[in-house]
Amino acid sequence: MGIGYYLQFGFAQHALEAAFLVAACCGLIGPFVISRSMSFAVHGTSELAFTGAVGGLLVADNPIAGALVGALVVAGLIGALGRQASERDSTIGVILAAGLGLGVFLLGYYHGYASEALNILFGNIFGVSTGQLLLLAGIAVAVAIVMAILWRPLLFASVDPEVAEARGVRTGLLGLLFLFVLAITVTEAAQLVGTLLVLSLAITPAAAAQRFSASPAVVTLLSVTFAVISAVGGLLLSFQFDTVKPSVLIVAISFVFYVVGRLAGPTLVAKRRDRLYKVEANDGSADLAELEHGEGVHGAAG
Amino acid sequence: MSDSGKPVAELRNAAVQMGNRTLWSDLSLSLSSGEFLVVLGPNGVGKTTLLKVLLGMVPLSKGTVEINGRPPERGNPALGYIPQQHSFDRNLPIRARDLVRFGIDGHRWGTGALSKAHRLRLDEVMAAVGAASYANAPVGLLSGGEQQRLRIAQALLGNPDVLLCDEPLLALDLASQRAVTELIDQRRRDAGTPVVFVTHEVNPVMPYVDRILYLVRGRWAMGTPSEILTSERLSDLYGIEVDVIKVRDRFIVVSAEDEMSTEPGGHAHHGHGHAH
Repeated sequence: MGIGYYLQFGFAQHALEAAFLVAACCGLIGPFVISRSMSFAVHGTSELAFTGAVGGLLVADNPIAGALVGALVVAGLIGALGRQASERDSTIGVILAAGLGLGVFLLGYYHGYASEALNILFGNIFGVSTGQLLLLAGIAVAVAIVMAILWRPLLFASVDPEVAEARGVRTGLLGLLFLFVLAITVTEAAQLVGTLLVLSLAITPAAAAQRFSASPAVVTLLSVTFAVISAVGGLLLSFQFDTVKPSVLIVAISFVFYVVGRLAGPTLVAKRRDRLYKVEANDGSADLAELEHGEGVHGAAG
Repeated sequence: MSDSGKPVAELRNAAVQMGNRTLWSDLSLSLSSGEFLVVLGPNGVGKTTLLKVLLGMVPLSKGTVEINGRPPERGNPALGYIPQQHSFDRNLPIRARDLVRFGIDGHRWGTGALSKAHRLRLDEVMAAVGAASYANAPVGLLSGGEQQRLRIAQALLGNPDVLLCDEPLLALDLASQRAVTELIDQRRRDAGTPVVFVTHEVNPVMPYVDRILYLVRGRWAMGTPSEILTSERLSDLYGIEVDVIKVRDRFIVVSAEDEMSTEPGGHAHHGHGHAH
C-alpha cells in the first residue's frame, strides 16, 4: 500500500486539498508573524482552538465552528489587552492559561466522544468532509484577499512602525486586523497538524525563507512554497510510510528547509555584504572618506 | 511648494498637555519657506511632541496650529518625516529600495507594483542621496549613516513642503552626521523646504541654523543662535546658573550645579562640559 493506493480514496484527496489550502495561508502570514514577533500569538491562538472546539461541541455539536468563533474571541482579547508590545507576551500567556483551564473545565461537561475535541490538539487531516473542505476553501480565499489588501501598509507598519504612524498608517488597526487573520488561519491549520505543531507551518517555512532572500515579495513566495511542499509532501510521504503520522512528516520537511536555510544563510549574507561593499568601494563614497579625514576630531563629539 | 511670505507652518499660543502636566504653552511660531529651525532642550520637554503636533498625531490643549493654512491631519503628504536611526534586525526581509518606496505608497492598501514613472523617481532620489549602490541590500546590513540616507530619500519622495527631523544624527559618526545634515540642507536650498530639526546636539547643524527654539520644562526661548546660546539667556531659561562656552566653532553648555545632571540626554553634567 503506497501513495497510489491511498489516492484512490476521497478522504486522501480531501486531505491533500485541505493541506494545500491551510499551508498556503500559513505561508502567507508567516513572514509577518516573524517581523512582528508574534510567534507566541500563533502558539496561544492555536492551543485555544481546543477550548473553542470543546465549546462548539457543547453548544452546537460543531467543534470547527466553535474553534473559529473561539479564535475571533481570543484575537479580540489579545488585541484589547495587549496593546503595548511590551505586555503582549505576558497577556497572551495569561489568556492562554485561563483559556486552556476553561477548555478542560468544559470538557468535563461533554459526555460525547471526546476525541473530536482532542483531535484538534493533535490534528486529524483524514476526517475532512466535503462541507469542511468548502469552508476551508472559503477561508483561504478570504485570508488571501485580506492579506492582499493589507499587504503594503502592514509591511510598512511591521518594519518601521514609527514612520508608518507618522505617515498616517493606522498601525493599531492593522495590527488588530492581522491578529484576526492570524487567529483564523492558525485555527484552520490546527485541524491539519494539530495545535501543538501549527508553528511548523506558520513560522518554520517563513523563517527558512528569510535566509534565502531579503525581498519581501520573494520571501513571501518562498514561505508559501515551503509550507505547501511541507504539508502536501508530508501527507504524501505518510501514505507511503503509513506507520508515521502525517503531522510528524510535515514538521520534518519544514524543519529541513529551515536547517538548509540556516546553513546556506550565513554564506548568502556574507555574499550580499561583500557585493554591497565592493560596489560601494568602486563607485566611491569618496565624499565620506574625505569628510572623515577633514574632520580631524573624528568621533570626539557627544 | 508654498508661496514665499506665507508661513508653511504656524502655531499660535499653542500648548500641549500630557496627563495633567503642561509640556509647553503660549508657543507662537511661524515657519517660512527656506527656514532652518532647530529645536533644543533636555529630554522629556516636548521636542518630539512638537513634531507630533505638526504631524497631527497629538492635539493641542490650547491655541491653534496650521500647515499650509489648514489644520494638521494624519498622513499629510506635505510633511516629510525623518526619525532617528534605529537598528533593524539583520534578517528582516526588506531591502533598501523597499524601505524608501514606502515614501511613495507605503500608506496605501494593496500590493501593486510601482508605475514606471514612480520607479524612475525612486531610482533618481536614491541616487541623489548616494544610496544607489546599496539599493538592493537588506536594510539590516546597512550602517546607521546609510540607513539615514534612506530615510531622507523616503521623505523626499513625497515632495514635502516641510521636513520634520527627529534626532536624525543620533548614534551616527561625524562623517555621516555631516553627510546627512548636508542632504537635508540641500533640499532646503534647492526647493526652499523649511526644516524643523529636533536635536540635543546643536554643533553639527550650527552652519545651517536660522533660528533656535529652546525648550526647558514648560518654558521656552526662541531666536537666532547668537541670541539664544548665551549664558544669560540659558541661565534664565533653566533657572540656574549655566555657562555657554564657545570653543572654536562649537558651543558647550556647562553648569556646576547638580540639577542639570538630573536631566538626561546631552546635558552638561557636573564636572564635565558637554558639546551641545
